[in-house]
Amino acid sequence: MAGANSKERVVITGMGIVCPLGHDVETLWQALLAGKSDMGRITLFDASTYPTTFDAEVKGYSFAKYIKNPDLHKHSSRSTQFVIGAVVQACEQAHIDFETAEPSDGIDRRRLGIYLGAGEGSIDSDMFFCAIVDAWHSEKNEMNWDAWATTTAKRMSPRHELEQEPNMAAAHVAMLTGARGPTRNCLTACAASTQAFGEAMMLIRNGYADAVITGGAHSMIHPLGVMGFSRLTALSRKNESPQTASRPFSATRDGFVLGEGAAILILESLSLAEKRGVKILAEVIGYGSSADAFRVTDMHEEARGPIQAMEAALADSGITYKDVDYINPHGTGTVENDYIETMAIKAVFKERAKSVPVSSIKSMLGHLIGAAGAAEIIASVLAIRDNIIPPTMNLNDSEPYLDLDYVPNKLRKVPVNIVMKESFGFGGQNNVVIIKRYN
Amino acid sequence: MNDARVVVTGFGAVSPFGLTAADMWAALCAGKCGIRPIITFDPANFDCRIAGQVPDYKIQQYVPRSFRKAIKLMSRDIELAIIAAHDALTKSGFITKGIDLESVNIDPTRVAINLGAGLISCDLIEIAPAVAASVTDGKFDIHKWGKIGMELVTPLWLLKYLPNMLACHVGIIHDIQGPSNTITCGEASASLAISEAVQIIARGSSDVALAGGADARVNPTILIRACLLGRVNTESNSAPDSACRPFDADARGSVTSEAGGIVVLENLDSARSRQAKIFAEVVGVGESNNINPSYDHLEADNKGIQLAIEKALAEAGIRPDDLDLIIPHGTGIAADDRAEAKAIEAVLGTAVAKVPIWPTKSMLGTAGAASGALDIIAAVCAIGDSKIPAAKNCDKKIDGCNLNIVTQPQQTEIRYAICCSYTYGGQTAAILLKKYEN
Repeated sequence: MAGANSKERVVITGMGIVCPLGHDVETLWQALLAGKSDMGRITLFDASTYPTTFDAEVKGYSFAKYIKNPDLHKHSSRSTQFVIGAVVQACEQAHIDFETAEPSDGIDRRRLGIYLGAGEGSIDSDMFFCAIVDAWHSEKNEMNWDAWATTTAKRMSPRHELEQEPNMAAAHVAMLTGARGPTRNCLTACAASTQAFGEAMMLIRNGYADAVITGGAHSMIHPLGVMGFSRLTALSRKNESPQTASRPFSATRDGFVLGEGAAILILESLSLAEKRGVKILAEVIGYGSSADAFRVTDMHEEARGPIQAMEAALADSGITYKDVDYINPHGTGTVENDYIETMAIKAVFKERAKSVPVSSIKSMLGHLIGAAGAAEIIASVLAIRDNIIPPTMNLNDSEPYLDLDYVPNKLRKVPVNIVMKESFGFGGQNNVVIIKRYN
Repeated sequence: MNDARVVVTGFGAVSPFGLTAADMWAALCAGKCGIRPIITFDPANFDCRIAGQVPDYKIQQYVPRSFRKAIKLMSRDIELAIIAAHDALTKSGFITKGIDLESVNIDPTRVAINLGAGLISCDLIEIAPAVAASVTDGKFDIHKWGKIGMELVTPLWLLKYLPNMLACHVGIIHDIQGPSNTITCGEASASLAISEAVQIIARGSSDVALAGGADARVNPTILIRACLLGRVNTESNSAPDSACRPFDADARGSVTSEAGGIVVLENLDSARSRQAKIFAEVVGVGESNNINPSYDHLEADNKGIQLAIEKALAEAGIRPDDLDLIIPHGTGIAADDRAEAKAIEAVLGTAVAKVPIWPTKSMLGTAGAASGALDIIAAVCAIGDSKIPAAKNCDKKIDGCNLNIVTQPQQTEIRYAICCSYTYGGQTAAILLKKYEN
C-alpha cells in the first residue's frame, strides 16, 4: 500500500474561524492576547433552571455574507453555517478558489481532500420533546408509537434531520470548493478536530492528496446537549461569574464552559505550496494518536494514553521533548483532565516539565468540543508567527500538584518555534500534533 | 516507498442472518433474505414496516466479567460492534485481554481501532419518564425539565450516544491502545474507516487494526426519518423478501437494517511471523466525493464513485478488466442505482460485459455505517471460496443499465474484488481486495 509520491512535507497555508471571540482569526488572536472572554447567559434556549445557565456563544453571525450562492446551503445546521464562513476565510488566505466550476488555483480537485472533525447538528428539541409528551403513557410505562409517529411526522423536517448528520459539513465544503479528493469526518468527542488535522496531514504526507481542507465544527448548545454535559458534571456551575468561570489548572476549577464554533485550516504539500507561490504559515511535522483503553468514564490513572500519544507525536516528528517551546494543552478546566494532563506532561517532559510554557486558551474561548482542537491549532500557529504565548486566564489559586508553568493571566513574549498541541476526548481518545515554524 | 503490505487476517459480522460472519456468508450463498416485518417496536403507523433485524443475543457473553458494569452504558450500536469484534478476533487467532487474560498474544500498543458509526438514536423509552415529569398543562415545560426532569436522566446518558463509544468499548474490552478513530460519514463510514486503518498500518503507526462499523438502525427515529426523506420502500410491507431490488426496473427504495462488521487488518510481516491465516490482501483504496445540491441523492453520473474506483485501481496498478468481482453499493433507490451503474460502466468500459456485479443489499438491507464492512467481508469470503452467490431481486435491469449482474451462482477464481460505498452527503470509497499470493 502506498501513495504515488514519496513522503511529502506538509504545511499550513490558510486558516479561518467562527467562534465566540470573533468571526475571524485576527479578532480571536487579539482577544486571546488581551485575556478577554465572552461568556454569558445561554440565549439559544431557556436554560434558566439548568444547573449551568451560561455558555460561550457565537453571536451576530450570518454565513450568507461570505458566499454568492447561500441558497445552496440554506438548510445547513448551525455548526455547518459556522464552517462555511471559516472555510471561505481559509480558502481566501490560501488562494483556493470556491464557488466556481473552473478553479484556477493550481489544485487538481481530485487531489483536494476534506477531513473534518465536525459534530452532529443541533437536534430539533421542540419536536423531540413534544412527540414524547404526546406518546408516553405514564401508567403503563410505555410509548404509544402510533401517537409518536403521528406527532413526529407532522412536526419533523426531514431536511433538518439530514443536516444533523455529522458528514453534512463536509458535503457543504465539497459543494463550495469542488473537492473530489479523500473526504472523511471523524467524531472522537473533544479530540475530533485534532485527529482530523493529524489524519489529514497523513493523507498528504503519504500521497493520497495534495491539499486537504481540515478542522472541525460543533454546537451542542441545545437542551439535550447542555443536559448531557450537566449530568456528567462536566460544566462549570459558576453561574454568578461566567467571564471567569473557565479556570484551567486552577485549584478552583469546576468544569469547562461550553462553547461552539468552527475552525478550519488548509494543509498542502510543501511542493504544491511552493509551486502555487502561497504564503506558508507553519509546518506540521508530527502526529500521534492513542486510546486509553481504560474506562469510558475516566482517564487512565497514570495518563497512559496521553503519554503514548505525546511520545508517538514526538517520534513521528523526529524531535524530542527538549525541542518543544510551547505546549497548547487540552486544558479544559475539569478537575480530572487538568490533573492527568499535568501528569502526562511531567512524564514526557521530565526535567523540562516545569520550564516549558503550557497555556490553555479554553480559559477565554470556552470549549468548542469537536472544534476545540482546530481552534487551538490556529492559536498555536499564531503563537509561532508572533512569538507570543497567550495566557491561561483566571489562574489565581494553585494546587500543589499542578505546578507547571501555565503562563498565568498575562501573555508572554518568547521565541516559539515548535508547539505541541494536545487534545483528549471522552472515552479515552488522545491526539497530539506538532507544529513548527517554517523556514 | 517502503510502506507495508496490509492483509486481512480476521473478520466478524453480526447481521440479520446471525451473530457471526459465517452465518452471514452461508445465508448469502443460500440466497436468503434477511428482511422481515419489524418486531422490535410496533410500526403500525409507519409507512415502512419492514427491516433487517439482528436475532436475539446475550451481550454478557461478549463482555468479560470485569467490564460487565459498563453494559448499562451501551447503546445497541455499541453492542453490535462488540459482537462483530469478538467474531473477528476469534477468527484472527489473536488472544486479547478480553478473550483470555492469561494467554494474551498481542502487543496492545501496536493495535489500532477505526470504526464507522452512525448518528446514534436516543432510546426514547429511557428518557420518556424524565420528559413526562416536565409537563405543564399538557405541554413540555423547559423550566421543569431543567429543575426536575433532567435530574431523572441517568448521569452518564450522553456517553451512550457519542459515536466514538463503539470503538472505546471495544477498545477497552480488548485492550486496544493504539490509534483509535471513529468515522461518521453515513453509509460510507465503514469503508472509509477500513481505508484509513489500511493507511495507518501501511505507514507504520500500528501493526494490527480492527476496522469496520456498526449501526443499529431499526428504531422509530431512524425509520421515520428514512420514511420522510423518501429513501425507504413503503410499498412492499407484505413482501419483505422481494422489497429491496438494487438495479431492478421495479426498485422502490431501500430497506433499513442493523448490523456490525469488523475486519482484522494486519501488516503482512506481522501476519507471516505469527503464521496467521491470510484471507486476502488490501491492494488499493480510493476515496472521493459526489457533489450534488440535493445532498441526499447522488449526482446523475455518480462521478464520485467513479473517481474512488479509479483511484483504487491506480494504487494497485491494475486495469478494470482485471476485476473478477464488484460489489456495488446498490441500495434499491432507483435514481442512485442508475447513477452508480453509470459510474461503474464508465470505469469498466468494454469490460462491462465481463466483470460480475453482485449487489448484496437485496438480502442484507442498508445497514448504514456498517454496510461497507459487510460487503468487504462478503468479498473476502467470495475470494476464499472462489464463489459468487446469485444476486437477489434483480429480475429485469433498470433501463439503460449494462452491468453484468450475477443472476446465477458462479464458482470461479477471484483474484481481484472491489467494494464500493457512497452516502447521502457525498463521500465515496472503494476498497480493492486481492487473493493473497506470497
